[in-house]
Amino acid sequence: MSRHIVLSPASRNTTTGMIGVIDPRFRIICTIIFAVFIVSITSWQAVVATIVAAAVMVALSLPEWRKTLRRVLTMDGFIFATLLLLPFTYPGDTVFTVWGHTASQQGIYQAVMIGLKANAVIFTVMAFLGSLGSTDLGRGMMGLYIPTKLTTLLMFTVRYIDVLHHEYLRLRQAMRARAFHLRSNRHSWKMTGYLVGMLLVRAHDRSERIVWAMKCRGFHGHFHFTHLPRPAKSDYMFLLVMAVILVMLITLEALCPPLI
Amino acid sequence: MHIVDGVLSTEVVVAGAVIAVGGIALGLRQVSIENMPRIALLSAVFFVASLIHVPIGPTSIHLIMNGLLGLILGWAAVPAVFIALLLQAVFFGFGGITVLGVNTVNMALPAIVVWLIFGPILARTEGRTMMIAAFLAGSSSIMLSAIMVGLSLALSGQEFVATARLVFVTNIPIMVVEGFLTAAAFGLIKKVRPALLLSGPNTSLAA
Repeated sequence: MSRHIVLSPASRNTTTGMIGVIDPRFRIICTIIFAVFIVSITSWQAVVATIVAAAVMVALSLPEWRKTLRRVLTMDGFIFATLLLLPFTYPGDTVFTVWGHTASQQGIYQAVMIGLKANAVIFTVMAFLGSLGSTDLGRGMMGLYIPTKLTTLLMFTVRYIDVLHHEYLRLRQAMRARAFHLRSNRHSWKMTGYLVGMLLVRAHDRSERIVWAMKCRGFHGHFHFTHLPRPAKSDYMFLLVMAVILVMLITLEALCPPLI
Repeated sequence: MHIVDGVLSTEVVVAGAVIAVGGIALGLRQVSIENMPRIALLSAVFFVASLIHVPIGPTSIHLIMNGLLGLILGWAAVPAVFIALLLQAVFFGFGGITVLGVNTVNMALPAIVVWLIFGPILARTEGRTMMIAAFLAGSSSIMLSAIMVGLSLALSGQEFVATARLVFVTNIPIMVVEGFLTAAAFGLIKKVRPALLLSGPNTSLAA
């Protein structure tokens, strides 16, 4: 069954590793700060240093290597497709020509920079939030004064994604039992449309039962999370280390002028 | 059709974030204690639908169905899209933290537009006309999303105009498939459980 879990953190255990024990609020804030820093970097040395720092942090949080690698490679394929045309459309000095289109040096540099930045953000998210369970994400968001309604909606959605995914797998099995095979023709699309429609109908019915059940138990609009403990010394240490790393990266950025 | 970090200019990113926050605030106003589980479960269905891969010729696409999302959830589609993208960023390692706002707007705004234009038409029509309208709702939401993705790229720099065109062209087959899917799903829901469409985001179920 665990094979089919949709939303599973990349790391095996939330309580092991260096990052796993840190207050979720601090981790969310650090992710946002680092992501904003990364997209505003101009020199490649700083981006590479960020990727290395983030990769070391990912390694320290004991990830499942195969899963992590697969995710990164999937995303990199996507990033590559996005940036494929950039060298040919960016004006600059010609490096090579493909079918009469010239690739510029500046364009290649830009494409590589964006690719590196995107990877740096992916690694940062994995490092800080990779081992974060959904409950901790909710608690962290609550602790950061994100609207309660949004957090509760998020927690509800997280709760039922797996349930409905099982429902989906069951329906697919039923279709397979009736010799349905997904191809690219109108019949397949119609059947898939019916499948989604049926999922919506069942989710709707289920939500009615949930509302009644929850009202019986005094639901009044939000979940009660256990309060996050006051930030401990280790949390402040984490913040300090991250601040030092950030200052080092900013220094690197200031020292290395952009190539182009 | 996601945009990755580092591509867009700061102005586009900030504008996207501001519009997204406004949209989420508007959407959350539609959420009450009674309909919160309903909205969450329907959002979860669309999240699961985005895991379904449909083959087109040699490749496959994953479903987006933002047209149907808008028709069913109305304004609540904005927080639903935001939550889906946030979960993908955190649990699937898709990144896209700084562009979360832009991506939310690119997916959710077409849903709202489709809901406002096709919602009343779909409520009134029957049979073949309704199916055609649902097809148009499904495909035009993908078209609008592709246009908005292209626009956010083109606004970030002249060099992305070619990529923007490529995004639009590669999305044309997806528009057709999503049109058929939306028509089928909408037709089924209208036959099996019309209450799902009539209730709208505001109406309470338990009442």
